[in-house]
Amino acid sequence: MSHDHEKTGAFEYLTTRKDELVGWARKFSLFPYPFVTACCAMEFMSVSSTMYDTDRFGAALPRFSPRQSDLLMVVGTVTHKQAPILKKVYEQMCEPKWVMAFGVCATSGGFYQNYAALQGIDKIIPVDVYIPGCPPRPESVIDGIMQLQEKIAGSSHPIVGEKF
Amino acid sequence: MTMRDTDETLPNPVRPAFDTPSTEDGVIVNIGPSHPATHGTLQIIAELSGERVVRADVHCGYLHRGFEKECEAHTWHTLIPFVDRLNYCSALINNFAYCDAVETLMGVEITPRTRYLRTLLSEYSRIADHMTCIAASVMELGAMTAFLYLMTIRDWIYEHLADLTGARVTYSYGRIGGLAHDLPEGWLERLEQILDEYEEYVGRIHGLMDRNRIFIDRTRDVGVISTEQAVHWGFTGPILRSTGVARDLRRDTPYLAYPELDFEIPVGINGDNYDRYYVRMREMDESVHMIRQLMQMLPDGPINVDDRRCTLPEKQRVYTEIESLINHFKLVIDGPQVPAGEVYRAHEAANGELGFYLVSDGTGTPHRVHVRAPSFVHMGGLHKLLEGYQLADVVSTFGTVNMIGGECDR
Amino acid sequence: MAVDLLERLRARLSEDGLEAEFAHGLLAVQLPREALLETVHRLKNEFGFDLFLDVTAVDWPDRDPRFDVVCHFYSTHDHVRVRLKTRVPAADPVVDSLVPLYGSAAFMERECHDMFGIRFRGNEDLRPILLYEGFQGHPLRKDYPKEREQPLVRYRE
Repeated sequence: MSHDHEKTGAFEYLTTRKDELVGWARKFSLFPYPFVTACCAMEFMSVSSTMYDTDRFGAALPRFSPRQSDLLMVVGTVTHKQAPILKKVYEQMCEPKWVMAFGVCATSGGFYQNYAALQGIDKIIPVDVYIPGCPPRPESVIDGIMQLQEKIAGSSHPIVGEKF
Repeated sequence: MTMRDTDETLPNPVRPAFDTPSTEDGVIVNIGPSHPATHGTLQIIAELSGERVVRADVHCGYLHRGFEKECEAHTWHTLIPFVDRLNYCSALINNFAYCDAVETLMGVEITPRTRYLRTLLSEYSRIADHMTCIAASVMELGAMTAFLYLMTIRDWIYEHLADLTGARVTYSYGRIGGLAHDLPEGWLERLEQILDEYEEYVGRIHGLMDRNRIFIDRTRDVGVISTEQAVHWGFTGPILRSTGVARDLRRDTPYLAYPELDFEIPVGINGDNYDRYYVRMREMDESVHMIRQLMQMLPDGPINVDDRRCTLPEKQRVYTEIESLINHFKLVIDGPQVPAGEVYRAHEAANGELGFYLVSDGTGTPHRVHVRAPSFVHMGGLHKLLEGYQLADVVSTFGTVNMIGGECDR
Repeated sequence: MAVDLLERLRARLSEDGLEAEFAHGLLAVQLPREALLETVHRLKNEFGFDLFLDVTAVDWPDRDPRFDVVCHFYSTHDHVRVRLKTRVPAADPVVDSLVPLYGSAAFMERECHDMFGIRFRGNEDLRPILLYEGFQGHPLRKDYPKEREQPLVRYRE
């Protein structure tokens, strides 16, 4: 019995360290898929450029294929016409993946409370971080990225099964 | 997570015009609507024969946000933020075109200072829009440095406009009868600094792009359109000017302070992508020239016209006089009462003729607001620019056409 | 010169029995829908209105005929605009299409059909352009409630 306790304790120590290591690696090498639709694109372009650089977070290189990216940044309003495309792109991404709702329209529909706009992308896909603003200032976006990084760093990353 | 085929559960929101190729070796390809080079959301279903585009079916509408329906549920004043988000690259032009239309319908004459300020800010917005268009289109061709240079200047412009209006991208600065507030201290000095920096940076862009062999190969004689075809398909703005005719509403049907300004209208030679790029570069220079003239000509005086039908009274009076209180209350709750009638006013936006068709039934809420969006009409003619060229040219052509989703789909 | 053109146009139109008046800088013409295509022909070929700006509709639900179909034209040489308005009943919302005359009419008529349900005789391609396949109703009509959404993707719990 005591033998099992020691083994469990060591195992948990190792997985915690592994989780921290993997979390550190994952949070600093985000490959965003910029699902850009509307006005927030202007702030997305600004935040990727020299003044407020996302490259500092390792999140500069966009990957325009969902198979190669892990952060789905939904930038701008998603309408009902666009919703199937968003869902398809989300489902084509491989685990682990995170979703950022950039802007008020992606968070909740913004001020377009009408027949055309989807009232928040979390109605169709799960969202990890919401960045409100219409459009959000680049500092807000960076704050959102940092909060997402904390979330990634703090979560567990099962790479192999628990019995190894 | 289980693997599951999602195609059968997700409906297709569009019906393509053709689904079988017209030639034996034809292939039908879907470009967009989530695509790096379709800035915003646009879908092009193209039939290819080898690398050549034989037919193209353009589908817009993925950003239709119900602007015109929203306008019927808001007062003439409270829909100004919605107007901003039409062409979000140059939001001030939309503001002022809309306010101009309402002022025409109401019979309100704006003050001289506002007239010059609106002209100055329209040109400033036009610079930001052309910069965004050029930056995005050359980035698609691989010129990352030019993109970063232009984004740097654009960021300074955004911060500068945030000093004035409070927001970086969507300003809501125009008001019916004037503007939201006057210029802060030191704004014009900073403007002069930004214009000087702009000239230095744009000189670098010229050096990088104008005689660049690769850029010329990718854009010269690509996406060519003639003037008659352009007018037939409804093209206006820089695209029409790139075909060789100087059609510009600022010169042809002048409004605001344009009659007093001295400016040239750059025109192209061929009507191809290179001409559209160069016309935009030269238009930015002309805008800077106009801004410098306007900075000298700017008169002092009030910003808002002294008309109780549309201008909110000063807070001091609202808190002390009952008439001003009621006036303020009625303007905010019911909106400015616009006499029944209709008007169509068009300004020269960065993409072409931006027209507002307003129908009023005499109340403070519009009966109908319709935007004649240049991008939407251009999408109707886009297939003419794509057919006959190669697949890679779709990226190049689309960038120079500058479709802005908010304006195209409203 | 510009005003001369509009005066000549107004005189010519009154010969056809069509009333036209100046309104806020352009000439506004009210005409029956049967006269639309022929009048546009005359505008394009005789008077040089080469740029078709816009076609849209306005819904007056308490009036019969219910819809106003409004077209704007611009002459790039003389720099003047003309507005044509025609009334269309709700029971038979059909107007002649301007696609044979102006290529830009195609998309704009599709939008008008999407939003109001006005059919354009002669335009075979009236697929939804701003809305999507499967959308029921015409949102810009006054009897369509603004908040009625028709989602395509099922919402998650």
